[in-house]
Amino acid sequence: MNKQLLLGAEAIALGALDAGISGVYAYPGTPSTEITEYIQKQRGSGTHAVRSAWSTNEKTACEAALGMSYAGKRSLVCMKHVGLNVAADAFINSAITGVNGGLVIAVADDPSMHSSQNEQDSRVYGKFAMVPLLEPSSQQDLYLATREAFDLSESLKLPVLLRITTRLAHSRSGVKESAARPENELHSIYAPERFVLMPHNARRQYQHLLDLQPELERRSETSWLNRLVPGTGPLGVLAFGIAFNYVMEVRRQHGLDFPVLQIGQYPLPRKKIEALFSQCDSVLVAEEGYPVYEELLRGFFGGRNIRGRLDGALPRTGELNADSLSRALGLAKKEVLTVPDIVVNRPPELCKGCGHRDLYEALTTVMNLQEEHHVFSDIGCYTLGALPPFNAIHTCVDMGASITMAKGAADAGLRPAVAVIGDSTFTHSGMTGLLDAVNDRTPICVIISDNDTTAMTGGQNSAANGSRILAICRGLGVEENHIRTIVPLKSHLAENIAVLSEEIAYDGVSVVIAERECIESAARKKRNPAAKA
Amino acid sequence: MEINIILAGVGGQGILTIAAVIDMAALQSGLTVRQAEVHGMSQRGGAVQSHLRIADREIYSDLIAEGTANLILSVEPLEALRYLPFLAAEGRMVTSTDPFINMAGYPTMEAILVELHRTGQPVLVNAAELAREAGSVRTSNMIMLGAAAPFTGLAPEALEAAIGRLFQAKGADIVEMNIRAFRRGKLLSQQQATAI
Ligand SMILES: Cc1ncc(C[n+]2csc(CCOP(=O)(O)OP(=O)(O)O)c2C)c(N)n1
Repeated sequence: MNKQLLLGAEAIALGALDAGISGVYAYPGTPSTEITEYIQKQRGSGTHAVRSAWSTNEKTACEAALGMSYAGKRSLVCMKHVGLNVAADAFINSAITGVNGGLVIAVADDPSMHSSQNEQDSRVYGKFAMVPLLEPSSQQDLYLATREAFDLSESLKLPVLLRITTRLAHSRSGVKESAARPENELHSIYAPERFVLMPHNARRQYQHLLDLQPELERRSETSWLNRLVPGTGPLGVLAFGIAFNYVMEVRRQHGLDFPVLQIGQYPLPRKKIEALFSQCDSVLVAEEGYPVYEELLRGFFGGRNIRGRLDGALPRTGELNADSLSRALGLAKKEVLTVPDIVVNRPPELCKGCGHRDLYEALTTVMNLQEEHHVFSDIGCYTLGALPPFNAIHTCVDMGASITMAKGAADAGLRPAVAVIGDSTFTHSGMTGLLDAVNDRTPICVIISDNDTTAMTGGQNSAANGSRILAICRGLGVEENHIRTIVPLKSHLAENIAVLSEEIAYDGVSVVIAERECIESAARKKRNPAAKA
Repeated sequence: MEINIILAGVGGQGILTIAAVIDMAALQSGLTVRQAEVHGMSQRGGAVQSHLRIADREIYSDLIAEGTANLILSVEPLEALRYLPFLAAEGRMVTSTDPFINMAGYPTMEAILVELHRTGQPVLVNAAELAREAGSVRTSNMIMLGAAAPFTGLAPEALEAAIGRLFQAKGADIVEMNIRAFRRGKLLSQQQATAI
């Protein structure tokens, strides 16, 4: 078959489709979104229909995938790194129950925080859950490794974590496809001794997981993803994930011959690593992410023959690249042009004509009249309201935290306590916090900026919007006459200011739904009316 | 053979369309391609760039190393300067001179031109104007691609064929207009080269 030019994210999708998945469960998040979008586009075109609609959040996604696995079929879960925090309970415990049909969790980390709140390293979760973790370094290897991850999962009866980082997720390269295989038959199993995690079962299952660890290490030891590029000299390089690419780039560019051990499957292959250390006087540890394994290899006493992020050979934070590696390898820095002083930053901004703009215009007018004008907000396009000219919001921590932080601040006595949250973020993690506030009759005003889509990540369907958001608020117990709907448009400014003023002054839970379609998704629909909203 | 290209612009300007044409042409020419893109937050009107690497052998790194870009192709003049450390000593700069101003402190065009001229012989393209002449401002990216074509290491015929395939679904008129734009850009580039 011919090579296709695929993003790393798409290579995972194709690998999973060809591995015979029956479902993908995911919540969007950069840089993981394109995995699911690729499967959604292909759905139905192959030998079987793959279930692929967006989940409400990463936890529901992970649990549904475990259920599909329980029923004997293969399932894929996709999320960005912080999504795994949300799904962590399900994920960690799925390693205790184990799986039936193959279960692969693809997580995309974002070192350098191009589009994220932090640069946490999902390999820590792999270690924590004690499951196999794969981290290939090219699009082709991603395709192959994804297919194999399902086999690995079914043979060990464990979930498998597949970790990528931004560069690989969002970089294209040629991928050669191999023959697709059919999905599994439905074969649910009665195995309460595994799946009912009461203490007596959980203790046995945990012991089983511990007993499996030597087998996991044996698999790593023979895995093609852990391979040595032979070489000579006193220095060796241990290159994890796509750090391998940068190391090899420098090695070729400068005609060097040091040995490189690439790590793409965890737990660590102890024998292969021992061989590298015994061959070399010192080893540079290059990890795309936290210095997770550098720290482990150094041990408590520092490991004097180890170099890496912890001794400053490589920068402690951010993505690696060929330049940081050539410096770590002691190569002279090239003379290059500098960025002229006149080059000012160009931060992202809300689109011209976006409804969030009109909401913030009304809201800042109201809040500027208050002595305390704190606005707790959340994650989405509307977070851009933190930047000039709006400077309208004062927090953005994790999905859903606007409502709960406003509640806590109100509990502490802050008046008014205002939250701004998007529709998708509200259904992801806002609803439960709102229930807390209702149960406590906490005086907060929650503004749901409902643009009918998950805009920040490219316009995926939200789990609920419009009248359903209204019904959810009502169902959670918000008083009928304190659920108000406004239309964030210039022409409605005076009216919107009035509604916001009233509800912010209310001494109880109020919700204002600012409802207007995202202009980007409206434009998309106009360009392509056939496309599903 | 190895060609490293930095594509630069502002989120929403469509630099990935240019990348798609170059990719297609390179693949059809039997070459290896690796192309790193920016998705996410910055696409909302922020600075975006794409690292495009073409070679006749395996390519390891998705990112271009400093001082090794053969070409910076920018659809916005200030964005062109943001990536100067990547430009190789003998590398070429091709940029649109149409500013996109959506932030405070945007420098004067004179100041930008002074800096652009530090790169030797920049190819400066009045892309919007030429695109209108070619039939639509929407062809401005193909004007830019045409102006950069001589520095891509790819045959113009291969690039034109790729434009044909990319716009095929939109009809023969759109294909023709974009090829016209490509040729107009290429002509400008050749004129600027001989003028020096
Ligand atoms: C746990 C977690 N999952 C996913 C994301 C990625 N993410 C950031 S914003 C966003 C979309 C928010 O959509 P919405 O609340 O509707 O706001 P909009 O962007 O439409 O204004 C997503 C999915 C994240 N930051 N954290």
